[in-house]
Amino acid sequence: MIAYWMCFILFLVGLYGAITRRNLIKIAISLSIMEFSTFLFFALIGYIDGGVAPIVDPADPVKIYVDPLPQALVLTAIVIGLATTAMLMAVIIRIYRKYGTFDIREIKNLRG
Amino acid sequence: MKGMTTIVKKTTQLIAGMVFMYGIYVIIHGHLTPGGGFAGGVILAGSFILLILAFGSDFVKLMKEETGSTLYENLAILTVLLLALSGLLLGTRIFFMNWMPKGTLGQLISAGMLPLYNIFVGIEVAASILTIFLALVIFKEEMKE
Amino acid sequence: MEIAIAIITGLMIIGALYAIHAKDLLSAVIACGIVGYGLVICFLLLKAPDLAIVQIVVETITLIIMVAVVLDSSREEKFSKPDPQGYVSMTLSALILGVMLYFFIISVSSLDEFGKSTLRMAGPYIEGATEKTGSANLVTGVVFDFRGYDTLGEATVLVTAVLGVLTILRIKGKK
Repeated sequence: MIAYWMCFILFLVGLYGAITRRNLIKIAISLSIMEFSTFLFFALIGYIDGGVAPIVDPADPVKIYVDPLPQALVLTAIVIGLATTAMLMAVIIRIYRKYGTFDIREIKNLRG
Repeated sequence: MKGMTTIVKKTTQLIAGMVFMYGIYVIIHGHLTPGGGFAGGVILAGSFILLILAFGSDFVKLMKEETGSTLYENLAILTVLLLALSGLLLGTRIFFMNWMPKGTLGQLISAGMLPLYNIFVGIEVAASILTIFLALVIFKEEMKE
Repeated sequence: MEIAIAIITGLMIIGALYAIHAKDLLSAVIACGIVGYGLVICFLLLKAPDLAIVQIVVETITLIIMVAVVLDSSREEKFSKPDPQGYVSMTLSALILGVMLYFFIISVSSLDEFGKSTLRMAGPYIEGATEKTGSANLVTGVVFDFRGYDTLGEATVLVTAVLGVLTILRIKGKK
């Protein structure tokens, strides 16, 4: 159970950062921390005691494997996470070139 | 973008080819060992990014490279879609049907269509990440001028 | 096993807290790398080598992109005294975290013990999967055969994200 708890606390830390920080880079970092905790949770619920990695050896088939479905879902999600983080970074770099700051309060004041 | 020192350049020359070969190995053996299209594609993109960071490149060359990688990306995703459609047209009328002969378990050429999907998804992922990286580098270069 | 994962996750939490509170943005980005590489070790302990290979390369490329963005800026998060709006948002965030914690307590009590989980989908995907797909790597079998629609969708999202990046970075901004 303690592994689940730590995973949830990691998610809450990311959420706290996303709500309270005013810096765009910090918000992007917080979002990716939340993403990581979700991946970790998927891998945790797929784990089975005494299981081996889900690769079949034809000469020596084993009975217990770790659940491959959460791993397959996370596998694609990690690459998508990279693409979305890069897109966030593209938005941030454009905002910095236009306004010269990462602070979202100043950006709000400069609008007009 | 300026390149780095001679030591970095020489080391990169030695390493980048091996990284590229490792990416291709991971893609081709995706149905036998850990890895597959997504992992291998990211490694392939990593080898290109290593080369660009170490050697640097001028703006015009990067634009040309970006046009090529965008083309490869679109062709690869189109091929994946066509392979999935081929199950609908040729096989047993099921989208994403694995209609090719399976072969024996554990051989390099086995598992029907899975190696083909692996290869094209690998190309797509590699081209996508390379395109993102090139777009960011070109943007920074343009702003500097 | 569970204790080891809990310890590594604890280190990840410390790295995350430092990343959120660091003054220098470059050290914040690098502290974010602690979380990513800790995740790689967790994946290896949880018997997921596929995920470990992907995550270690993706984390490296993410760090390169983030450092490239941070390096040509002023790099400092300016300290500012919390205004009334800041206090409101602090209170709100405490409230939201409390509500989330409550729901997590409910959901954890409904989960199986760690290591004893029995997902009903796991059975059909493992038994007879090698005959159906011919693939020795069960994860590849699930990704490209049983759940091909998902993979096609994710590949489309990837293409869309690339198009978004190209669109955002190509237009000339109004001066």
